[in-house]
Amino acid sequence: MSAKNYNDLAHTHAHGDANPHAIGHHGEEAHGSMRDYVIGFVLSVVLTAIPFYLVMSGAIADKTTTALIIAGFAVVQIVVHMVYFLHMNGKAEGGWNMLALIFTAVVVLIVISGSMWVMYHMNHNMMPMHAEQMD
Amino acid sequence: MSDATHHHDVSAPLPASLTKLGKFWDLNEHDHPEGHSTMLGFWIYLMSDCLIFAMLFAAFGVLGGNYAAGPGPRELFELPLVALNTSMLLFSSITYGFAMLAMQRGSVGQTQLWLLVTAVFGAAFLSIELYEFANLIHEGATPQRSAFLSAFFTLVGTHGLHVTFGLVWLFTLVVQVSKRGLIQANKRRLMCLSLFWHFLDVVWIGVFTFVYLMGMLR
Repeated sequence: MSAKNYNDLAHTHAHGDANPHAIGHHGEEAHGSMRDYVIGFVLSVVLTAIPFYLVMSGAIADKTTTALIIAGFAVVQIVVHMVYFLHMNGKAEGGWNMLALIFTAVVVLIVISGSMWVMYHMNHNMMPMHAEQMD
Repeated sequence: MSDATHHHDVSAPLPASLTKLGKFWDLNEHDHPEGHSTMLGFWIYLMSDCLIFAMLFAAFGVLGGNYAAGPGPRELFELPLVALNTSMLLFSSITYGFAMLAMQRGSVGQTQLWLLVTAVFGAAFLSIELYEFANLIHEGATPQRSAFLSAFFTLVGTHGLHVTFGLVWLFTLVVQVSKRGLIQANKRRLMCLSLFWHFLDVVWIGVFTFVYLMGMLR
């Protein structure tokens, strides 16, 4: 085997796939297209306008229902931004981008829901502050 | 080799058994061009930034109802102003996208033009936010007034501070691009700022939904 042949072989092995210049390696990021940005923008405008309309007009009488619906819109819009603006996919950086994102999402969920849960119960347990207990 | 960026200085071929292993285990120290790991590193920075915001959101979630007999969201927030602010940030996101498309085409002038348009929308966002803060403070709704207002100013202010630094970075890159052109290093920097800028827009979705809109529903 000549040195050159070995180099080619090693090159293929080192990158682990047939195309060594695949997206994600050597600082190449997935690029968006005009179509991606326009779709992302239009979806974002719609997904922003509806929650604002719902709250400003009071179209749904029940506040809890409205809150759940706008939270749903926020989650969908975050995914839209991730896909169309941040060009997230499972392949960028060999999947490490996605893995870091999933890990962060889990920690964020634990921090926010955990804090609210614990503090709600603490407030609840300290609630009965009647006049006779104040003395 | 046809590709000048890949050099493999291997003096002697390895045994066949080891080259097979190389499929799973990178045995040769192949060369990585400068900045090959920047995008992943920057993404991980953004994820850590995400945790900062998660803690501030958690603080707001816990303290957001503690008005200390002071004004609450319904007395303070003006949704039309928030809607205008949101649209400024959304416009700045798509114009930054146009700057990235111009960068891919290799057009220096258009890249700079769209970056500056993005800066105008970013500055408009900040101005509206500062106007809102000034109004709140003028009405006596200062960060010291209640736990709700402390949490509100910390969360929204931290986001605004990020946008401010994003603008400083953006102007720096406009100058960099005019001096050096769209070299690989500048492209990498523009891609990092792209992630940063769109990330701030993602955080803002959380802010307008959970702070402003849900505040009005309390």
